[in-house]
Amino acid sequence: MVTKRIVLHFPRRLVDQPIVYKLVKEYDLRFNILKASVTPQEEGLMVLELSGKKESFEEAMKYLASCGVNVQPLSQDVIRNEDKCTNCGVCVPICPVSALVVDPKTRKVVFDNKKCIACELCVKICPPRAMEVRF
Amino acid sequence: MRTIKEINEKIKKGEVVVVTAEEVIDLVKEKGIKKVATEVDVVTTGTFGPMCSSGAYFNIGHSKPRIKIGGGTCNINDVPCYTGFAAVDIYLGATAVPDDDPRNKVFPGEFKYGGAHVIHELVAGKDVRLDATAYGTDCYPRKKLETLLNIKDLNEAVLFNIRNCYQNYNVAVNLSDKAIYTYMGMLKPNLGNANYCSAGQLSPLLKDPYYKTIGIGTKIFLGGGIGYVAWHGTQHNPLAARKENGIPQAPAGTLAVIGDLKGMKQEWLVGVSMLGYGVSLAVGIGVPIPILNEDILKYASAKDEDIYAQVVDYSNNYPQVISGSLAEVNYAQLKSGKINLRSKDVPTGNLSSYSKARKIAESLKEWIKKGEFSLTEAVAPLPQVESGYTCKLLKERPVV
Repeated sequence: MVTKRIVLHFPRRLVDQPIVYKLVKEYDLRFNILKASVTPQEEGLMVLELSGKKESFEEAMKYLASCGVNVQPLSQDVIRNEDKCTNCGVCVPICPVSALVVDPKTRKVVFDNKKCIACELCVKICPPRAMEVRF
Repeated sequence: MRTIKEINEKIKKGEVVVVTAEEVIDLVKEKGIKKVATEVDVVTTGTFGPMCSSGAYFNIGHSKPRIKIGGGTCNINDVPCYTGFAAVDIYLGATAVPDDDPRNKVFPGEFKYGGAHVIHELVAGKDVRLDATAYGTDCYPRKKLETLLNIKDLNEAVLFNIRNCYQNYNVAVNLSDKAIYTYMGMLKPNLGNANYCSAGQLSPLLKDPYYKTIGIGTKIFLGGGIGYVAWHGTQHNPLAARKENGIPQAPAGTLAVIGDLKGMKQEWLVGVSMLGYGVSLAVGIGVPIPILNEDILKYASAKDEDIYAQVVDYSNNYPQVISGSLAEVNYAQLKSGKINLRSKDVPTGNLSSYSKARKIAESLKEWIKKGEFSLTEAVAPLPQVESGYTCKLLKERPVV
């Protein structure tokens, strides 16, 4: 079993296609939609958590690529600007999945982007605006 | 036991013993007050948190022909400055925002850029854009000025903060059923989080609670450079309630600080945007505490468990000035990541960077050890408990 969080970019021509339905029916993947939007250029964007057998997952990724869906791991999109972060800790109780925690020894804020679900709650409440989401 | 003069002699000779406000806690635990007081000369403190009553003044130099910005208007990077001084003296407040900033019109406002960010950019050595208008006089005929400025070209660039270094602060919570946006950060509904703002056992005034060594003229680490305590800060309130150990359990003393902006560093003066509230400046401050006697050391070795703060509701009680505290917690509890309020574990967040406070105390320690920073005698004390000095609410009176 693998569980991965990915960002799907749907080109305009695919916005009305039931792509996620196929991931379930044909590749037996379990999905959890974390975020979805349609940009002004009518490009669809979806942040998805997918779980299933490793082989099925790989096949599904090939299917997505063949359709023209651009797939990115979520960890590439949620970034902490280390130059800006002051390690205050305002973000820590705001994060719903404990992706931001204080290291008790160094008292620095540790960001685990594998846990991040890109809810963006931390982005605007960060006083020096160190959290950046780039889809 | 020892005088500041003797400590400075030791600094010159390279024999001074300096520890940080964190290190002294373990030392005292291990050896006791008496022994440590004979060994340690200086304890260094530090804090790095948002401080709204911050700002800087500049003398930009006279233009050719001359312009009298005093009484006119002036913006730096579109942020309005105060122009009620002479021809080319201006003051930029940390919380000022451009005239076209939407503020809270679309709530919660983002406040992406303001005076604090300009100060940060200046310190970082970036060019900023000044535009000014004036009414023109015989001696100052010019009516418009637009120019790039760089900190290195200014005659004076001085950080002057009228209130910094708060001695303790509230722990902010929200009892209402909707999120609120405050200077203590976003507070989630129904006790969703509890935000505090202090370096606790590293914080300067919490380690000298009766202002025995910190006074007017005290030389400090300010924004990565050198500064001085200029006066007591606004809202200075030595009469705030104190625990038996003498440490205030509510917001108490404050400092007004001043220093040469040209000697400061961008790492220690950071513009911050408080969602739904406004702009502020996070300022790094470190104060050395000379160990003149055992009493001073006793206070300087206070630890997080000894320092208490009040939990205050910011959804109703704080804005409506309803006094009272929901609970009292200490900084060890706050730093554990959660506090228990009304049978609920409430996650805590700090607006004040403890890791940066630690770095400031370490830097100051190194400066003193290397002989790069000597201590000063205060020329006058801050208003102390005996003075009866206090902070009052506004007494509103009808305008007839």
